[in-house]
Amino acid sequence: MTDTKDTRPHMPLGLAQRGYTGVIQQLSARQAGSALSDIELESRLIELGFVEGARVEVLHEGLVGRDPIAVRVDSITIAVRRREAMAIIVA
Amino acid sequence: MELPLLHLALVGTPNSGKTSLFNALTGSRQKVANYPGVTVERKEGFFVTPLGRQVSVVDLPGTYSLRGRSPDEEITRDFVLGKASGETVPDLVLCVADSTNLRLTIRLLLELKRTGRPMVLVLNMFDIAARRGITVDVERLAKELGLPVVTSIAVRKGGTADLLKLTDEISAKLAAEAEDNSWRALSVAELRATQREADRIIADCVSLPARPDTWTARIDAVVLHPVGGLVVLALILFVMFQAVFAWAQPAMDLLKSGFDMLGEFVQATLPDGLLQSFLQNGVIAGVGSVIVFLPQIILIFLFILLLEDFGYMARAAFLMDRIMGGAGLHGRAFIPLLSSFACAIPGIMATRVIDNKRDRLTTILIAPLMTCSARIPVYTLIISAFIPARDVWGFINLQGLVMFGLYAAGIVSALAVSFLIKFFMLRDYAPAPFMLELPDYKMPRLKSIVIGIYTRAKMFLVRAGTTIFSMMVLIWFLASFPQPPAGATEPAIDFSLAAIIGKALEPLLAPVGFNWQIAVALIPGMAAREVAVAALGTVYAIEGGKEAAEQIGQVLATKWSLATALSMLAWYIFAPQCASTLAVIRRETGSWAWMAVTFTYMLVLAYAASLVTYNVAVALGAG
Repeated sequence: MTDTKDTRPHMPLGLAQRGYTGVIQQLSARQAGSALSDIELESRLIELGFVEGARVEVLHEGLVGRDPIAVRVDSITIAVRRREAMAIIVA
Repeated sequence: MELPLLHLALVGTPNSGKTSLFNALTGSRQKVANYPGVTVERKEGFFVTPLGRQVSVVDLPGTYSLRGRSPDEEITRDFVLGKASGETVPDLVLCVADSTNLRLTIRLLLELKRTGRPMVLVLNMFDIAARRGITVDVERLAKELGLPVVTSIAVRKGGTADLLKLTDEISAKLAAEAEDNSWRALSVAELRATQREADRIIADCVSLPARPDTWTARIDAVVLHPVGGLVVLALILFVMFQAVFAWAQPAMDLLKSGFDMLGEFVQATLPDGLLQSFLQNGVIAGVGSVIVFLPQIILIFLFILLLEDFGYMARAAFLMDRIMGGAGLHGRAFIPLLSSFACAIPGIMATRVIDNKRDRLTTILIAPLMTCSARIPVYTLIISAFIPARDVWGFINLQGLVMFGLYAAGIVSALAVSFLIKFFMLRDYAPAPFMLELPDYKMPRLKSIVIGIYTRAKMFLVRAGTTIFSMMVLIWFLASFPQPPAGATEPAIDFSLAAIIGKALEPLLAPVGFNWQIAVALIPGMAAREVAVAALGTVYAIEGGKEAAEQIGQVLATKWSLATALSMLAWYIFAPQCASTLAVIRRETGSWAWMAVTFTYMLVLAYAASLVTYNVAVALGAG
């Protein structure tokens, strides 16, 4: 298994374990199954700093179902549920 | 010539330190419309610039964009755009940024610029940024953004001097600067573009230290630990309630003896008769018995404000999100519900941060079940009269434990009600998202806390001085008239209007163990829960003479059975005993029906809980 930056497979942040670090590749609200409309979810994620190229790290997980997760996005920390984090494609 | 009032508006993301800047600018010259939540209500303050210009400043709710996805954010958007009804368009918008965290604010600022309002960027908490090794090229930032940038340290004396000076300079040439509003709701592509632009500007003007803030990471390692974090949360809540019960006692005793002395002074100075009775039993005993609880209310707000300023509240929401989700509640509901421990009114108003309608409604319906500070007087009185003050397991005060149990009963029933609402009423529903910034921890600043407590304590005293005072006068009147006929041997109160009303209600309340004196006290308790204590004081004072007025607790201990006392505690966990809360529910839901639903379900729960408690207690021999 080669796991270097270039060849890492794309995956949704919603599946990431605690300690995962990566870079946002794209936002894909349709994959999330959120209660929000695609446009609304994408807008909110951008407003909280989830844009392509931002570095993310999963810092903490909740107790029940390892949900929600606390994610370091560049210089700030955002709490988000895994369901919504499915819209954030990282690698 | 007197210049017209200059209107400023503070805009910023949540956690940008807007409120502490607001406090620093205006001090105690603040006008809070109705009850203040945490920047959910309209807060306006006033100050004078160094050149003598009178300024009004409004602290707008925190927002990440102008899209207005919640009622709170709509207020901010409409205010800035000059669309808010009855409001003046701000002459100058102060966009407040946390200097340690510019990313989201710069994006918001780029959006705000499109409104064409004259604007200044205030880099707040500049000292903390400097200490963490963050350097900002202020001049370059101003050039890139095309607007004035000023640094401030809201919590330090003189820390806003530059801002005040700039306000004077700008206000002198404001008229020339008005531009057209080209703002409209941004598309996703535009949002992305503004965030990219913000990131580019920050990369050019801000240099971050090699090492990020390690304190926040260290604290979070414990506080956000899946299990450890919940233990810490439970400990914080437990300490909070023990403190409210135990630490406030000396100050309360002091206040109480003060009012007792005042009462004795009136008794000694004035001749026997109606005026003496009115002053001593109506005014001093009545209002005094409520004001005695000021120390506890100050303590509970102290805890809430400290946790809020420290940055812990967002962590609590993170920890509780899924747990509350099991009961059908949103993680964001945790903060409104925690505020409801102080008072349901700011709590219900704070539900505006929940943007999903259904989540918000559920939170509003159960907020009154959280044990508010107005119940503390009732609980304290009954607990100290009936529960022995001994330690269990060597270190836990039994009275404190019962108090904790009453709070827990409120929480558990709130979760149960929420679960039932989810199960029966709103089944086909997908859970709303939970997205929340977890700000870096900051040392709470004394000045902000003091101003916060001051405004709340003032509100409590004003209420004690107006609503509660007038209710007490009414109770005294009902309990004193008509006067007993000459030569009557029974206590005077038996002939009064209060007795007539109380006895009419007694058959309804007899199954739960309430006597007619309690029935009388419950009626004014509708105005404000704590009035029930004062009303009991007045009723028993007039019935029992002067000695009774001095120690209402002891009187209750002799007049009530333990079963009645426990039934009263159970009643107060649930009873919809607060007209102002019902009024706020009506306003926030925009519906009389939801207000009626709240009133009815709480009344039914109260009656049922008291009925069970009383009968179980009697069966166990406490009758």
